[in-house]
Parts: sequence; C-alpha cells; structure tokens
Amino acid sequence: MGNKKKWLETTYRQASERPVRFSTVSDMELDPLYTPGDVTGSCDDAIGNPGEFPFTRGVYGSMYRGRLWTMRQFAGFGLAEDTNARFHFLLGQGQDGLSTAFDMPTLMGYDADHERALGEVGREGVSVSTVHDMAALFDQIPLDRVTTSMTVNCSASILLAMYLVVAERNGIPWERVGGTIQNDMLKEYIAQKEWICPPRPALRIVTDMIEFCARKVPRWHPVSISGYHIREAGSTAVQELAFTIADGICYVDEAVKRGIGVDEFAQRLSFFWNLHNDFLEEVAKLRAARRMWARIMKVRFGAMNPKSMMLRTHAQTAGASLTAQQPINNVVRVAIQALAGVLGGVQSLHTNSMDETLALPTEQAVMVALRTQQVIAEETGVTNTIDPFGGSYAVEALTDRMEREANDYIRRIDEMGGMVKAIETGYPQREIAEAAFHFQRQLEQGIKTVVGVNKYSVPEEIPIATLKIDAAIEERQIQRLRKVRRERNSAAVKEALARVAEACRCGENLMEPICEAVRRDATVGEISDIFRAEFGVYKDPGWI
Amino acid sequence: MADKRLRILVAKPGLDGHDRGAKIIARALRDGGFEVIYTGLHQTPEMIAEAAVQEDADAVGLSVLSGAHMTLFPEVMRLLKERGAGEIAVFGGGIIPDDDAVKLKQMGVRQIFTPGASTEDIVKWVRENVAPRT
Repeated sequence: MGNKKKWLETTYRQASERPVRFSTVSDMELDPLYTPGDVTGSCDDAIGNPGEFPFTRGVYGSMYRGRLWTMRQFAGFGLAEDTNARFHFLLGQGQDGLSTAFDMPTLMGYDADHERALGEVGREGVSVSTVHDMAALFDQIPLDRVTTSMTVNCSASILLAMYLVVAERNGIPWERVGGTIQNDMLKEYIAQKEWICPPRPALRIVTDMIEFCARKVPRWHPVSISGYHIREAGSTAVQELAFTIADGICYVDEAVKRGIGVDEFAQRLSFFWNLHNDFLEEVAKLRAARRMWARIMKVRFGAMNPKSMMLRTHAQTAGASLTAQQPINNVVRVAIQALAGVLGGVQSLHTNSMDETLALPTEQAVMVALRTQQVIAEETGVTNTIDPFGGSYAVEALTDRMEREANDYIRRIDEMGGMVKAIETGYPQREIAEAAFHFQRQLEQGIKTVVGVNKYSVPEEIPIATLKIDAAIEERQIQRLRKVRRERNSAAVKEALARVAEACRCGENLMEPICEAVRRDATVGEISDIFRAEFGVYKDPGWI
Repeated sequence: MADKRLRILVAKPGLDGHDRGAKIIARALRDGGFEVIYTGLHQTPEMIAEAAVQEDADAVGLSVLSGAHMTLFPEVMRLLKERGAGEIAVFGGGIIPDDDAVKLKQMGVRQIFTPGASTEDIVKWVRENVAPRT
C-alpha cells in the first residue's frame, strides 16, 4: 500500500489527468492504479481454482476448453409458425439452444382475444394461448436433444405445463426434457413488472414449480434468477448483483421451508445477468456473483454438494445500452459486452441485434449478432486459457469491492425481513429509480457519454431496415383460439379448472392440475383467471 | 389563472413493464415545476382518459414501448374527446418509428419524443406548448 501511496503523491501527481470523472457506468469511482495491496482475500480462499469452491474463476474445471458456452439467441414474434421458422433458421446457423420470447398478452396471462391484448398479439414475441400453439412452436424440434429457455414469469407455470404436454405427446418422457424457465417473480415486482397476483402467492407458485421439477422434471431449471431486468430498469452493477442474489436467497429459503433438501434442488437454480458497457465492472460482477453464491449456499444454507454452490448463468448484452441513433454502432457495443461475458465465464449467451432499439430484429441483424459470438469463440483466442483476468489487481480489487457492497445491500434487506418485505415497501424499486435518474442526469450533463447520442451525433440518420409485424396475425391467432374453444370438451375444461382452483385454495402443488387443464385445452387466460380469482390482482404502486 | 401550475398526467398504457422512461420523465417534469400524476403501469386507454379528466390534467404524456402505439394513442384521444376533454394536449414517447410518429401527429398527437430525447427538451417543450385549460 505504501508504495501505491508514494506513487500517487509523486509520479502520478506530476503527470497530467484529463478533466473527467473516472468512474464506471454505474458511477463507481476507480483508482488510477491497482496494486497487490488493493486485493483483500488470500489467493487460495477468495480466488481459488476453476471448478473449485468458491468458483471465482469459473464453475467448471476446464471451462471453455471443455465446452464452449451455449449460443442461445432469444427469438419470438407473430404466430407460432413464424417463430418456429426462426428457430429452424437459428439451429441451421450453428446455434445450439433455443430461447423463446412470448408476446405481452401471453406473458401477462391473457388470451389473444382479450380486450387487453388488442394491438399486442405477436408483436413483442410469439403468441401462445393454448397447447396447440405450443405444439406448432416446437414442431420438428427434438425436445429431448435441444434445450429450450422460456422467458416467462407470472404465467410460467402454464407455459411449462404446455411444453411438458407437447413433449409427452411427442413420446418424450419428462425426465428427458431439459431447459430453463425464467420464472423469477421477485424481480418482476422489482424491475420487469409482469405480474398477475401479489408477491406472496406468486412466490408460492414459484416454489411449487421448484418442488415439481425437482421430483418430476430433473433436467429442468425451474427458476432463472435474473439480474438482467434489474439492470435494464436502470440499476447500478452492484444493485444488480445484490438484488439478484437476495432474490436467490429468498427462493432457497422458501424451498427449504417447504421441506425440500437444499441439495435436492439448488443445482437446478440458474442465473441470468446483464452485460453492460463497462468492461471491467462486468467481468468483476460475474466473478463476484459466483463467489457470493458459493459462500451463501455453503455457509448460510449448509449445502454439501459442490454443485449446489455453483452459480451457472446465462447472460445477455444490455438492451438499454443500445442506441436508436447510428444503430450500426450497436454491433460494436454488443461485441464488447459479449466479450466481457465470456471473460466473466458465462455458460450461455444471447447477443442483441443492432436494430433492437427500433423493432424486433431482422434475420440479417440476428445473424450478425450470432456471428459476433462465433468470432469471439473461434477467432479471438480468449477461450484458450481460463479466467485470464484472474490475478489482475484491478479486476480482483473490483471483484472484492462489488462483493462487499452487494453484501451491504443484502444485510439491509435481511434486516427488513427479507426480499418480499423489501419489495412490499418499495426499497429495491426506489433504489433502482434513483440510480436510473442519476445516470440520466449524468448523461444530460455530459459527465457520461453515449456515442452518437450526446456526443458525435449526426444531423441526418441513415435508416436501416427493420422487421414489421403484420397486423393481420392478431386476427388469425384469435380465429385459431376460438376454433380450439369451440371444439374442446367444455365440461372437461371446467372440471380441470375447478381442480386448479381447489389446488390454489388447499395448498396442493399446482403443477399437476395445471398440466391436466392444459391437456384438456384450457387456455393461458383461463388458468390465469383462476389465479386472479383465488389470489387477487397486484396493482403497480407507481412509485416515482 | 396565469400562475396556475400545469398538471401533467404521465401514463403508461399497454401490458409491458418498461417504466424506466416514464418514471424519469415524471420526475424531470416534477423537478421542472409541474404537478405530475403518474398512473403506474398497465393502464387501459379508459383508465387513462378517466384519470386525465378526474385529475383535471392539462396534458397527458403517454409512454409506449410495446409496439402498440398505433392502437393506444388514437384510443386515448378518442376517449378524451368522448369525455369532452379533447383539448387536453396528448404527447408521448417510446420506441416509435419515424413514419408512425408522422401519422400520430397527423391524428393530433402534439409531440412524439423518441430515444435520445433529453428530459430538458421535454420539460422545455411542455413549458412552451402546453397551456392551462380554462
């Protein structure tokens, strides 16, 4: 330390310094230099080796030398057939896992013909109202070989049931079905804001799914604990880290309270992080996250199986960092963000397309995004050695600091009585809104730069081609849904829905009754209506 | 009524939860000296029109990031007219392509702000273009 102090007071002071704020995109101020004295823990305890506790350097022993990350581009628009065609295109281009985007009505538990769905069907993702739509979505896709990720939360139990019923109809037993469903309801109240009922019943449904998957669908990840949306809502990197890990603690707590042994389900919890512009901060965040989770699982929850302590994660480049101005520049942002993810040791990655601030991506733009991952994987050489940033004074110091600051937040949340209580008082929501506003002010004051927006702007933008969603698909989807409703056995549906309602009331695990309702062609909207009736509807408190 | 503070309803129609922009605008308008009412998420056009009338708003700012702007803006304007409040200035922002913005303005939407607009510009626009309703 003495050496650094001396250097700062002599050599550095005599050198010039640009008149700018040297802070991360989260506005964390950095030292001009990091030295061995800035790294706290001992190398063995805090950093360790890949594949060994506390997994700072990676969850697997050989990391990308053993297996590259899964290139998993999020896709979904229009009718199930449209998205199915995009899936086949992506698999044909060398992608190895699927990731499904549903439209807003599906995500919020409304059928395509509900009045609230007007104008939104198939627009931000694919419309799925019945198990027939789900079957068309995965037509000719081997569900025992391709793993699928489904980004859905408050209606996740219904969509997972539909996926499982499609698998069983294709002759694939549930034990062989692998994939992930986002199903992280806590971050919905904090950031993404897709909900049906209030936090407590929502958490009960999530716990039902953890329990059900642990017993019946062992290759399925029932929750993807997500920082992504927290960051997109404007949080700092430390807040993303803290609130996400705190959400994870809450899910583990609930499942343990349910009587499920921690080592029975913890290895099926996965994570989902954002990859923002600030390169070192992002690498450090991923490293800190792994170490924090490992320590929490071991010390706080007494996990014995090292797999329960491994934070395995998907990551996606930051949508909110992309600009509508000079959109081709987004290709560069995405490449740098994705590189941070790879150097941070992610298991699965989505790279955003350059045109996503304007519309859903075109096929051309999606291909560039996928190629970006392939260039990183196969041209840059960063996969040859594991955790190349390990031991960097700056990255280790940042990793330590982010862990420390995130733990301070977690302590505060524990003192409030846990994450549900914190959400009910609006604590994380307000912290994020504050950070988002702070960043916007820094942008407008020119303290922070976004190239092409508040600096280097051009008077005339060159337009790029964007994807247009045909408005006629709404009508087609509605007709298809009505046909299913006409042709099904309505008494059988009614009976199955009554069973779901009964399970809501008596506390029985909801998944089997929901699977049966889906088999009988109950819709996403009808099952969600049961949740609304039994658990009540959550309303946005609208905190500014 | 010259010194009456303008009342602005910031509203978030549609099913999506992208409220980062709406909250920042609401806060910037409040800091800019206006009275701001924020509706919260997931409002229907009816709820917004009703709130605008109930709250005696001088302007309604709609934030739409779901792609449903061509459905939602005209519907809010129609419902305001239906309630005899057609003079309430409607403006908005979000992911709105240029050609849609032109069409919306032809329908009477007073201004559309797209990504990159600064809160200062929006506050200035409101100050210069919204008059208190009499």
